[in-house]
Amino acid sequence: MSEKIKDELLIDHNHDGIDRRGFLKCMAWAGTGALCVMQGGVLKSYSLSRMSELGPKAEGELSFVQISDSHMGFNKAANPDVVGTLKAAIDKINGLAMPPEFILHTGDISHLSKPEEFDTVDQILKSASAKDVFFVPGEHDVLGDDGQQYLERYGKNAKGAGWYSFDKKGVHFIGLVNVLNLKAGGLGTLGHEQLEWMENDVKHLKHSTPIVVFAHIPLWTVYPEWGWGTEDSAQALAYLKRFGSVTVLNGHIHQTMQKVEGNVTFHTAASTAFPQPAPGKADSPGPMKVPAEQLKSVLGVTDVSYVRGQHALAVVDSSLA
Amino acid sequence: MRSVSNAVLLVALGLGIAGLGAGAGNFTASAQQKPETAEVKIDNFSFGPGTLTVPVGTTITWTNRDDIPHTVVSTEGVFKSKVLDTDEKFSFTFSKAGSYPYFCSIHPKMTGKVVVQ
Repeated sequence: MSEKIKDELLIDHNHDGIDRRGFLKCMAWAGTGALCVMQGGVLKSYSLSRMSELGPKAEGELSFVQISDSHMGFNKAANPDVVGTLKAAIDKINGLAMPPEFILHTGDISHLSKPEEFDTVDQILKSASAKDVFFVPGEHDVLGDDGQQYLERYGKNAKGAGWYSFDKKGVHFIGLVNVLNLKAGGLGTLGHEQLEWMENDVKHLKHSTPIVVFAHIPLWTVYPEWGWGTEDSAQALAYLKRFGSVTVLNGHIHQTMQKVEGNVTFHTAASTAFPQPAPGKADSPGPMKVPAEQLKSVLGVTDVSYVRGQHALAVVDSSLA
Repeated sequence: MRSVSNAVLLVALGLGIAGLGAGAGNFTASAQQKPETAEVKIDNFSFGPGTLTVPVGTTITWTNRDDIPHTVVSTEGVFKSKVLDTDEKFSFTFSKAGSYPYFCSIHPKMTGKVVVQ
C-alpha cells in the first residue's frame, strides 16, 4: 500500500502550472521509463511498471502516436542499430491496446538527409498498423538543400517550407517547420510567413476546438544554451491563447519532458535512436552512450488520446524496453 | 620581417590552443616556403579555438570530431561548407584581411570567428 502511494503523483495545476517538485519527479522518472498522463487539468504520473493499471483511462475518441528522431543512418557507439530500435518502436505501436489512428513523426527522420535513409524509414513505417504518417522536418532532414528533398517526399500538400494543418475527429492539428533559416547564435525559427499562415489557419476555429501543434524543436524554451527553444514561438502561442485545450508536441531533445502553462501542455518525445543528456548535465547535447542493456529504456514512443470534454489530451510515454 | 614572425607566432599560438601535435619550430620553418595553414577542431558542439587570428593567405581547415554532423558557414556569406559528418573536413583560404564570423547552420548556438591580418 505504501509502495502504491509512493508511485503515484496527483498534482492540481488549476492556476499557473505544475507543482515544481512533482514536475521534477516526473522528469526524473522519464529517463528510466515513466509515463505521464494529463487529464482534466490534473497530471498523473506512474512508473512504467504500473502501466497496465492505466489502460482504460487513456482511451478516448481519438488516439494517435508520436515518434521522433529516428536518425536513420546514425551508426556511432550511442546506438549502432537505429534500424532495430525503430522497428522495436513500430512493434510497440502495433502492440498498443487501443490501435492509434495515425502516427506523427516530429522530425530528424534521417541523420544526414540521404535518400537511402529516408527510404529505409519509409520502408519500416510500412509495417505499422497505422497507415497514415504525418511528418515535420528536423534539422537533419534539410541538410544541404534547404529542405527541397524533404518537401518533395513529405510536403506535397504542405505550404511554404512544409507547414500544414488537418482535422481529425474534431481535433485541429498544425504541423510547423522551425529548422530552416537558422541565424548565428539563435534558436529554432518559424518565420514571418509561417506565423501569418498560422494566424489565418486558426482564425475561424471555435474556442472549444482542441488544438495539437507539432514541430521538431521545442516551442518552449527548454535550454537556450543548447539551442533547445524557438525564437518566435511566443507569437505562435499567442494565436492559440483563446483555445481551451492546446497540446504542443516536439522532439529534438531526445528525452521526454512535460510542462503546463495555462491552457497549453508542452511535451517532448523520446528518440527512437539515441538519448541525449538532460539540460546542462554534459559538456554538449551530443549522443549519450548508455550500457547496451539500458538503451531501450531511454528510447520510446508517445501515445496520445483525446477524450471529448476533457481539458487536455492524455499523453503517455513508454520506453522500448 | 618583424610583422611576419608575429603572424607566424599567432598561428602557432592558435594551433597550440587547438591541441595540435605539430611542433612550433617545424611549423615556422615550413611556413616560410609554403602557404600558411591553420586548423579548427569541432568538439562537443564548439569550435576550437573559438577565435583564430591568421595572416592573409592562410588556409584554415575545420575537422568535425563529434558524433553529430556540423557545418561551417560564414555569417556574411563568404564561405559555406557542405555538411561535415564525423571526421570530415572543410578548408577555406582567406585572401583578404578582415573579421569573419561563422556558425554551424545546423546548431546555430555554435559560433566562431576568424580574424585575418
